[in-house]
Amino acid sequence: MDLHFTTAEATAEERAAVDACLATVSLNGSRRQFLLPVLHAIQDRVGWISEGALNHACQQLHVAPAEAYGVADFYALFATRPRPKTVVHICDDIACQVRGAETLCRQMEKEFGPAGSSKDGSATWHRSPCLGVCERAPAALAITAGEKTSEHVIAPATAPDVRSALRGATIKQPALAISVPQAGQSGLRLLKRIGTVDPTSLDAYRASGGFLALRRALEMGALEVIREVTESKLVGRGGAAFPTGMKWSGVRSAPLPRYLICNADESEPGTFKDRVIMEGDPYALVESMIICAYATECSHGYLYIRGEYPLATSRLEHVLQQCRNRGFLGKNILGSGFDFDIELRRGAGAYICGEETALMNSIEGHRGEPRNKPPFPTQVGLFGKPTVINNVETLVNLPQILIEGGKAFATIGTEKSTGPKLFCVSGHVNTPGVYEAPFGITLRQLLDLAGGIGGTGKAQAILLGGAAGAFVGPKDMDVPLTFEGLRAIGATLGSAVIMPFDDSVDLKQILRRIAGFFRDESCGQCVPCRVGTVRQEELLARMASGKTIGGMKQELVLLKEVGQVMRDASICGLGQTASSAIESALAKFPIFEEKR
Amino acid sequence: MSTPPKAPDMKIPIPRGPLPIFPPERPKRLVEITIDGKPASVPEGSTLLEAARTVGIETPTLCYLENLTPVNVCRICVVELENSRTLVPACSRKVEPGMKVQTDSERVRTSRKLVLELLASSVDVSTAPQFKEYMQRYDAAPERFGPTGSPAKAGERDQIQPGHHHAADGVHAETVAQPVKVDNDLYVRDYGKCILCYKCVEACGVDAQNTFAIAVAGRGFNARISTEFNVTLPDSACVYCGNCIGVCPTGALMFKSEHDMRQAGTWDEKKQSQTDTICPYCGVGCQLTVHVQEQQIVKITSPLDHSVTNGHLCIKGRFGYEWVNLKK
Repeated sequence: MDLHFTTAEATAEERAAVDACLATVSLNGSRRQFLLPVLHAIQDRVGWISEGALNHACQQLHVAPAEAYGVADFYALFATRPRPKTVVHICDDIACQVRGAETLCRQMEKEFGPAGSSKDGSATWHRSPCLGVCERAPAALAITAGEKTSEHVIAPATAPDVRSALRGATIKQPALAISVPQAGQSGLRLLKRIGTVDPTSLDAYRASGGFLALRRALEMGALEVIREVTESKLVGRGGAAFPTGMKWSGVRSAPLPRYLICNADESEPGTFKDRVIMEGDPYALVESMIICAYATECSHGYLYIRGEYPLATSRLEHVLQQCRNRGFLGKNILGSGFDFDIELRRGAGAYICGEETALMNSIEGHRGEPRNKPPFPTQVGLFGKPTVINNVETLVNLPQILIEGGKAFATIGTEKSTGPKLFCVSGHVNTPGVYEAPFGITLRQLLDLAGGIGGTGKAQAILLGGAAGAFVGPKDMDVPLTFEGLRAIGATLGSAVIMPFDDSVDLKQILRRIAGFFRDESCGQCVPCRVGTVRQEELLARMASGKTIGGMKQELVLLKEVGQVMRDASICGLGQTASSAIESALAKFPIFEEKR
Repeated sequence: MSTPPKAPDMKIPIPRGPLPIFPPERPKRLVEITIDGKPASVPEGSTLLEAARTVGIETPTLCYLENLTPVNVCRICVVELENSRTLVPACSRKVEPGMKVQTDSERVRTSRKLVLELLASSVDVSTAPQFKEYMQRYDAAPERFGPTGSPAKAGERDQIQPGHHHAADGVHAETVAQPVKVDNDLYVRDYGKCILCYKCVEACGVDAQNTFAIAVAGRGFNARISTEFNVTLPDSACVYCGNCIGVCPTGALMFKSEHDMRQAGTWDEKKQSQTDTICPYCGVGCQLTVHVQEQQIVKITSPLDHSVTNGHLCIKGRFGYEWVNLKK
């Protein structure tokens, strides 16, 4: 392709970053798929992506600079304008908001100036959507670009912590057990190793039963594995609850080659279970991916992890290398004749990339815009090939299904929601964290497990399923946490977010933050979502301030209509659910009722 | 001395290869569906849009164009499909046997109306030819979203970092209003009129020109059409084929001649005539439609259904008419 470039040239440092990144990969296939890794390399090294750096990257990857710019300018963690090397992203999303995030941001505004500004050009801070560390709210993510990039999460983040992080210091973080209050208890299935087994050691993993399921799978044969998974009635844990066995059978009827993707782009506000698994039991995820790839005959897998998870990323990098060294990944795995390897891909700050087809576009080096469905990924997925894509938590159920059998797994939980489940409990609870319980536990029981309602001790509302979920009230405390139980009361389990708000919280502000979140995270492709999320936020702002157009009643009608067009006519799940939490709150609570 | 080469003897037939044999087109199976209660029978592979046309139903479209790959982003063509949780885009959804479709139900009308209102409240649609009729058809009232604020400063919308914005106060409905980009003599980019239909990107890319001078940048409401780092067109890969203008549904991309006349208040389509001719520059045979106002060529287009151009031209056909207008 004959591409045109501007005269801007890369600096030696930018060139080195791009070349070092590309030296590690094979450029025989589609080069464009390395655009995201290369953009990361530049951002990590220099702190922003300049015109010259982009030109050099495009020359290497044979991508038109306008298109590459469109990709770079899509992600919140990339800067296409000069930016200081050190950036602290402070989460001001809903879970952090009730734990003092706003106070922290105001403090930073006072000390360092408004978000994005910098006094000496060495450091700046930004506000950020949910960073997925809600159990330790308020959270911040500190990144310092350089030859050795430093990235770490600070949670709970205090003003002195952020101050030192802005000076380039690394703040020591508590051990993972704090995020898993049940750590070490007997009877746990998904969390059994967390806090008790060294997550970096392959031997420790094997000593605790690791890779037994893989051996069992290889003995059983692929079709038998799928049969067990179908019998287990396992459904996806990412939010959509699609039957896993059906997905796998579907992809098996499609032609080769096929791809496997593990969706680890967990970004739903209030969700952090996948992060905890990846930090605390990364080998289990890799073993599960190998089993899935074996069952669906995929020879290549991608693990797409969200860019805000530096610890999980480095753990997985290490674990993948260990598995390659020891013959669990690569050619002829455990002498079975089965070949499979996994590539780790980092997202760069885009909630929408958790949508499966947007994620595929992101891997391919395009903007993370969802595709129209049908065709579905099992037929036309990554690089246009049949693709099986599963969430982290869904996958880590596999070892247990294979060891205990699908039938036994199906007896856990309820008839329609089988198996153990991880719940992300944050907000106003006394002991936030990831909790494991069989499906069917009631909301009250789960909140008791988490030490009861925190804050004032009186629950006002509980958000279930995240920003794309629904609010329930204190009257709904006895609802069983199952897909069918929540559907019956018009709520959703989604990604298993359980976030109570006490009676001191101004729900108007929470709703406005949710609306702002969707506006920021809309990819901008389709009209209902691109403009609808803006209008929804404006409407809520007007209703909160009382400066309505034509009275509250009329505004509520308009808000409903905006919600309807987003739900009915948006391309993907983001737009389709962008109004659901807000509408559920308005239906349940008298938030905007006119004073008499 | 060598003998001069003989001229070919015309009696001897010039050897030719075998005539290409085209396989007869496979007869397409017909698919039976129901549209608004009426049975329709259309070839498999048709879209719902095409199917609706066969029973005389015209579906509104904005981002759809016959000569481009459907991107289904404007969502104005959505229809109600039985057993589908959401509405589906008629422009790209293929027919399947037994589909039952409603094209004018309450749900469909509400979505279409809202799409129009969302666009018209955020974008200047004054030069978009279809909008007026659509807005009437669906009773769209964009003013429901409140008064609009002041336009962005030049370049301001090209500088927004994705991921976080100042929370809205709702006093003004946010818009994409901004100054026109005029950086060359041939065409202008008035992104205050852009509904982000992706057509120009498609025409600049694989659907026609393969130049890739522009792409969508930014995210969400700040998504926009841009060159790399917002460089001017002369600095970009643009070859001035003008095919982006040819497909733009709102007049955001416009011949500079038209833009200048509109600014001066002299643009008058009632005084214009259109004449079809063949481009004189090379041997390809592109059909041109020459738009003339008061003895002056004011713009050149090509019919979408022309077998040679599919509506697309090159810089010479599109813009190489200025000499005709020159007075001696």
